[in-house]
Amino acid sequence: MQRIGVFVCHCGSNIAATVDVKKVVEMVLLEPGVVHAEDYQYMCSEAGQAKIGAAIADKKLTGIVVCSCSPRMHEATFRKCAERYGLNPYMVEIANIREHCSWIHKDMQEATEKAVILARAAIAKVNLNAPLQAGESRVTKRALVIGGGIAGIQTALDIADAGYEVDIVEKTPSIGGRMSQLDKTFPTLDCSACILTPKMVDAAGHPNINIYTYSEVEKVSGFVGDFTVDIRKKARSVDATKCTGCGVCQEKCPSKKTPSEFNRGLGNRSAIYTPFAQAIPNVPVIDREACLKFKTGKCGVCEKVCQAGAIDYAQQDEIITEKYGAIVVATGFDTIKLDQYDEYAYNQSKDVITSLELERIMNAAGPTKGHLERLSDGKAPKEIVFVQCVGSRCSDDRGKPYCSKICCMYTAKHAMLIRDKYPDVNVTVFYIDVRTPGKNFDEFYRRAVEEYGVNYIKGQVGKVAPQPDGSLLVQASDLLDNKQIKMKADMVVLATAIEPNQGVRNIATMLTASIDTNNFLTEAHPKLRPVESPTAGVFLSGVCQGPKDIPETVAQAGAAAVKVIGLLAKDKLTTNPCTAKPDELLCNGCGNCAKVCPYGAITYEVRQVNDHGIREDRRLANVNSALCQGCGACTVTCPSGAMDLQGFSNRQLIAEVDAICR
Amino acid sequence: MKFSYYPGCTLRNKAKDLDAYARASAKALGFELEELQDWQCCGGVYPLGTDEIASKLSSVRALAQAKEKGQELVTLCSACHHVLKRVNDDMQNVEDIRTRANNYMKLDTPYGGETKVLHFLEVIRDRIGFDELKKKVVNPLTGKKIGAYYGCLLLRPGNIMAFDDPENPKMLEDFIRALGAEPVVYPYRNECCGGYISLKEPDMAKSMCQTICESANGFGAEMLITACPLCRYNLTKTQLDLPVYYFTELLAEALGVKEEALK
Repeated sequence: MQRIGVFVCHCGSNIAATVDVKKVVEMVLLEPGVVHAEDYQYMCSEAGQAKIGAAIADKKLTGIVVCSCSPRMHEATFRKCAERYGLNPYMVEIANIREHCSWIHKDMQEATEKAVILARAAIAKVNLNAPLQAGESRVTKRALVIGGGIAGIQTALDIADAGYEVDIVEKTPSIGGRMSQLDKTFPTLDCSACILTPKMVDAAGHPNINIYTYSEVEKVSGFVGDFTVDIRKKARSVDATKCTGCGVCQEKCPSKKTPSEFNRGLGNRSAIYTPFAQAIPNVPVIDREACLKFKTGKCGVCEKVCQAGAIDYAQQDEIITEKYGAIVVATGFDTIKLDQYDEYAYNQSKDVITSLELERIMNAAGPTKGHLERLSDGKAPKEIVFVQCVGSRCSDDRGKPYCSKICCMYTAKHAMLIRDKYPDVNVTVFYIDVRTPGKNFDEFYRRAVEEYGVNYIKGQVGKVAPQPDGSLLVQASDLLDNKQIKMKADMVVLATAIEPNQGVRNIATMLTASIDTNNFLTEAHPKLRPVESPTAGVFLSGVCQGPKDIPETVAQAGAAAVKVIGLLAKDKLTTNPCTAKPDELLCNGCGNCAKVCPYGAITYEVRQVNDHGIREDRRLANVNSALCQGCGACTVTCPSGAMDLQGFSNRQLIAEVDAICR
Repeated sequence: MKFSYYPGCTLRNKAKDLDAYARASAKALGFELEELQDWQCCGGVYPLGTDEIASKLSSVRALAQAKEKGQELVTLCSACHHVLKRVNDDMQNVEDIRTRANNYMKLDTPYGGETKVLHFLEVIRDRIGFDELKKKVVNPLTGKKIGAYYGCLLLRPGNIMAFDDPENPKMLEDFIRALGAEPVVYPYRNECCGGYISLKEPDMAKSMCQTICESANGFGAEMLITACPLCRYNLTKTQLDLPVYYFTELLAEALGVKEEALK
């Protein structure tokens, strides 16, 4: 029989105002196993913990129940307290009489009755608790960063600077990400490339950073501190150790009709290409779908012109297997497809473009060499209309319910830059709301309106109608003036909603990291743990977690790095002992538990068992306690009741229910 | 292939040719339209009042009769199609309307939106196929530049009508191509013609139709085709001399049954 102490907290008036704590003390003393009960104003305080300590010593307690707030709040506090006073920390149970009782009830009598019942359940459980010992696991001192945009680069640099090795895996042929496609950045209007490329160079030259471009994560196994990852290094068809990056192959390549991904399809690239001039590594890739050599067998021009002899048509994909202690997801975003928004005529007119396409047009290295011109006829536009919230803040399933956050600011930036460079061009912006929270952001927007004369109209555009003369007729409403507007434009720019990159769902599945309905990765706590995934050892950096601008992305990238460094700095990790444990005599080897385990913690093996003197080989479930997160899915699935969760055994849970129903 | 057929009042009166060409074309394409008995006017406008069922009952009668016959219900006029399709959706999905309509109708078995409502064009697209239509064309309309006019009733609300993409429909263009003519795509093909506003404020409808016809004309259309008698009426009241035909007339012509249809 346990010797149980019950400690009832007042939580100031949070509990005591609704629950008669004295009555609770009186009632729990009648429960079997309870040898001590007391109440105190703040159990979590030092004085409160001292009371618990004194009772453990005086009454020789073997288990305690604290009737207080949610275990999410103070379970760890009271476990530590118990341990300090010589009691196994897993002999502590919390009866949540605050969130589950006092905060949600008004009537004192009813609330008191419920508090007693909740306490009884916890007491019934403690009666069946057994001391548990937390294990230890080792930490591989190396981090993986998935995605080589500004988020991934910054995270990698910060981890590497702290002295740990980092690998960046980037899907495309170069690191740099979305930021490398931008022209200028708000609110300071500094050139994106000028602030990004030095970081790219730093990352490439850092002794602790290893970059795998044109590569993808293919398989992830293991757990926090000890992940094993397969990386597919796609065949570049160019030997990176020989290539000098001279670029002659790209010049001479006869297949030049592939839409350039980097220029958002606004220009073409050759079949052998580096996405942009400052690409890192400066080693081209052969796009085998477009390459004549691969398609027809005839060509081979690049091989002939390459002085370094770097072209290797026979190169194969390579699988690299590496161990990591932590993984950071920094997979970034893309703009949504506009197929559902034909009222804006994006697919019907070349002069209706997305804002990201405008970035390329405004960029000196872009398809128009930085000249603002209509893509249909190359003429200089005189009237430009910007449409905000295209696909953002959308109430139907055509678009996204969330605010993409960056559009108000980049639209103000575009409008200002155009008015600055081409003062004869009229710029009109249609908006629902202008959202500019952020340092120097609203000042920036006001400058666009007040100094640069950008015409902001509150109202949505209903239709963009291409006209027979090649212009565009924009139909919109002016909500402040209560008027319908029809205006001619030469160019319409759509502030297209952003969404997480394609493929992030697949990565999240491999990492068993949770993801929301919009494909953003979920953080462990929306306020207090914003850069950690609920899956231990997996961290989030940049837009993969939610829409962000560059300063926020860099800040979050640094925060993710700090969390990684904190993890890698440890030599050993304490594991949670509340893991699943199969009873080998009951297990019939059906395999159902392995199927439902979201963490891949259960495997099957053939072992010899001694079943009441009969020795035989049986196929049995085996739980890797380092991988098991204690979710309990297997315990409810097991048809023979062989699987039990330590600390939450079936017997304990039934005892709790019995205590409540008594 | 046999379908129940709901012509609607206008097709008995101002738009007899829309109906006649359709019947002849259906025969040529190998399907039969069996007119419902004692059908009543659909009301012409879908009644938005949610607490009023009387104005929805004539549609329910037509839908229930098709169900009894075990046939799908084909419509031709855009307005009738719109009303029948939306009332059918109500009978499927709005419990209050379904209960009250059935209480009133006292049918042997209650009607719950079982009938599938098809527009004549949907029969061609989904049951015959535009490729098959192309094969049956005997007088291809080669060289004709035709603008399709959808109007709003066939397309919206998009989730209920489920006819085509309301912002960028393609069905009539495919139809025009199958007849051997050249479709002219213009941005106002899915805009409203003004509908019944032409009775109260004719100038407003006129200006709406002017925008539509000018745009079609500007992109090179020599004529417009439509499925709706009211749209046709409004579209022909502009200052432009752009001819507006029922799609069935061109269909009958291409299939070589135009003469026969009017006998």
